[in-house]
Amino acid sequence: MASHGIKDRVAIVGMGCTRFAEHWDKSSDDLVIEATNEAFASTGVGKQDIDAYWLGTAQTGMAGITLSIPLKLEGKPVTRVENFCATGSEAMRQAAYAVASGAYDLVAAVGVEKVKDGGYQGLNSFPTPTDGTNRTLTAAAMFSLLLPAYAKKYGVDEDEIRKVIARIGSKNHYNGARNVRAQYRREMSAEQICSMPAVAGRLAVMDCAGVADGSAAVIMCRAEDAHKYTDKPLFIKALSFVSGNGSGLVDPDFDFTTLPECAMAAEDAYHQAGVTDPRGEIAMAEVHDCFTVTELVLMEDLGFSPRGQAWKEVLEGSFDLTGDLPVNTDGGLKSFGHPVGASGLRMLYEVWLQLRNEAPPERQITTNKKLGLTHNLGGYPGEMVSFVGIFGAEKG
Amino acid sequence: MISGMRGIISYGAYVPFRRLDRADISKFFGSGGGKGTRSVASYDEDTTSMGVEAARVALRSIEPTTAVDALWFATTSPSYADKTNATTIHAALRLDRNTPAFDMNGAVRSSVGALRIALALGAGNALVVASDIRTGLPTSADEADGGDAASAVIVGDGSSGAVIAELIGSGSATEEFTDRWRVPGQTRSKLWEERFGEMVYVPLAIEAWNAALKDAGVEAGQIDKACVSGTHGRAVRVAAGKLGLKPEALADDLNATVGNAGAAQVGLGLARVLEDAKPGQLVALAVLADGADVLIFRVTEAITSFHSVRPLSTQIANGGSLPYGKFLSWRGVVNVEPPRRPEPNRTSSTAAYRREEWKYAFVGSRDETTGIVHMPPARIGIKGGVEGDMVPAAMADVGGTVLTFTVDKLAYSPSPPIVFAVVDFDGGGRMPIELTDCDPTDVTIGARVEMTFRRLFAADDIHNYFWKARLVRGEPDNKARVVRGASA
Repeated sequence: MASHGIKDRVAIVGMGCTRFAEHWDKSSDDLVIEATNEAFASTGVGKQDIDAYWLGTAQTGMAGITLSIPLKLEGKPVTRVENFCATGSEAMRQAAYAVASGAYDLVAAVGVEKVKDGGYQGLNSFPTPTDGTNRTLTAAAMFSLLLPAYAKKYGVDEDEIRKVIARIGSKNHYNGARNVRAQYRREMSAEQICSMPAVAGRLAVMDCAGVADGSAAVIMCRAEDAHKYTDKPLFIKALSFVSGNGSGLVDPDFDFTTLPECAMAAEDAYHQAGVTDPRGEIAMAEVHDCFTVTELVLMEDLGFSPRGQAWKEVLEGSFDLTGDLPVNTDGGLKSFGHPVGASGLRMLYEVWLQLRNEAPPERQITTNKKLGLTHNLGGYPGEMVSFVGIFGAEKG
Repeated sequence: MISGMRGIISYGAYVPFRRLDRADISKFFGSGGGKGTRSVASYDEDTTSMGVEAARVALRSIEPTTAVDALWFATTSPSYADKTNATTIHAALRLDRNTPAFDMNGAVRSSVGALRIALALGAGNALVVASDIRTGLPTSADEADGGDAASAVIVGDGSSGAVIAELIGSGSATEEFTDRWRVPGQTRSKLWEERFGEMVYVPLAIEAWNAALKDAGVEAGQIDKACVSGTHGRAVRVAAGKLGLKPEALADDLNATVGNAGAAQVGLGLARVLEDAKPGQLVALAVLADGADVLIFRVTEAITSFHSVRPLSTQIANGGSLPYGKFLSWRGVVNVEPPRRPEPNRTSSTAAYRREEWKYAFVGSRDETTGIVHMPPARIGIKGGVEGDMVPAAMADVGGTVLTFTVDKLAYSPSPPIVFAVVDFDGGGRMPIELTDCDPTDVTIGARVEMTFRRLFAADDIHNYFWKARLVRGEPDNKARVVRGASA
């Protein structure tokens, strides 16, 4: 038994992504049509050319008909996928495996979320009948537990860590300000973020991901067919996924300074891709900055920084657009917004742009490194699912 | 141990943490209020949950092996009609399924009635729980003078648990008269002219009192402590003055601190008196409610070895203030803007039924292979656990320490913000759980907490009961305590 991966067997040949925003004037149907139209155009195919679809949505609709009805697909299989906030990545992962298996030639994964029709701020879950003993805490509050724990473990003042995560937020706003598709296109200084009132632990509203509607889509085929559709395909190097067993909320050894599901998913992905030095080999990473403090901890869980060192590297600018490992060059969840089912594919969209040198000049990275990484999680510390994907413009 | 001598083998009182300063009422309205404080049930408490807390004190203060053969619950403010509320208390206490649980609800007199029934039983131990949330319209005497509290008394004959106060006499007088009345569901009780109640009550009290003295074969002057309580303050005062008591015998009515706790007042008075009682003393309870009931006890030697795990005096001394506005909103007198979050769904009755031990009694599971406590209980443990090696782990009476905490201003709560802590329990077990009875600034890493039974919210009129943690304040810590039913 082993996680073998599908390195270089499946290619990404087209993508599309809507702007992420409070789309009061657009429905879920409008959003999937917009994202898939862009993906079809970039691949040079029509909707009936796709052999099978995967639709990732956390709670905008149920079943494959959430996609097949608006697109009016004729006789196509559509699989609806849900895996918390990692839903979009999961839809892509399943679609990629279907190609790798030989079952289909050309597949599409579409992620969508229409969160702004609920009438409440933030994200709200579908009601599942329970015995009433489940926690009702927000994700913000659960993630806020990371800050004091990290500060304590590494002997850093909590106020200092507060500034560090504000700098992460500021960096992502800086990047998002250079992205026409981002929800928030306004730069924010770390000082501005620090001065805001706390809403959960020490996290302020501007430490939280933007809540947006949006959709993104990817089209994939076997690697050997890639050049039928594009001159610049991306190749899947690794797709890993870990569903946590909730032990963090039960295990007295868990200290809230790490997200073990993410570290395990990263380890598997690096193994699949043959990456031995993540910091040295990864050109850019799109990570799940649902809260600014999450990105801090992820820099260590993804192996970009040694344990206890990421906070220093954040301050040094290592993960800035001009750093040696730019992170969330499109603004991340923080600034680009977080339509749950679409976010994983939005991350991939940025890798698609960056590795093909198609990002706008103001945020196009320059590097000799070849690989892009997406990291997409769902749940919260102690009770989490995590995805890591690695992609490259070249085989091998 | 002598069998056949029926009396009290344990008692417990519960006074909720919050106190309303009566002066705040008159400051706000320009009228009403008064001196001192009254106790206030938290937004996450009802008469049932407070009853659980009082009963836990009574049970934890005696040997865990002491039998409970019946449970009665009395309140004027039941959370459910039709459905028995005592069964919730029964579940929270993990009483044996062959121990029946009954409500005696609606009237203030129900509680002394339940106590009389328990004392009149031929055999077995009976747990009598009384609990009340006392309301009234703003500026009313009931609003200011009422108090929220619960009491629990375990009655037996000494065959399982030593009798600390033996019943030696009782008397009763009943008459139909309408001096105070309230339609179910209403906040306000209505009153006839005050003099009428006094005129009817005082002779009833004297009649029952004399009958009890005669039954006990004692004189009024021999009574060491008497608790005179009832729904009519003036009648209680006048009657107390006519009972022939020694001046020092009249017990504190707790009005200055707790207020009149309605159905719980008689049990609270008993707890107050027994806390300071000495062997051989005579203690009398007189309740003026739609008649009069008098019970006279002789305190036994066993009182010297009885120690409450949560004395009433300590609870009274450790209250925290509550703004008048919060009081009004908690009681539903004033509707404040709710949090702009979806309201919770109703609890699934079937899911709750399957997890009764967890939801109501806070029983997790312990993996016998790894020793790890799982809350909620699991069939398969973390860290390579195999299926089938779990045993129940009763955690309700286990203390804990705050590992870390956060304040959630975004999550739905009937009274935001939510203070939430990751708690490590003594002897193993971790759970992230909501804290209650505290302001965010009260909590520190390393703070000691204990578990408390609460009503989290109601949806579709289903009350959602579960446990929260509260800071240990001035009371003995639970560390290393023998836990009732820990291994079962």
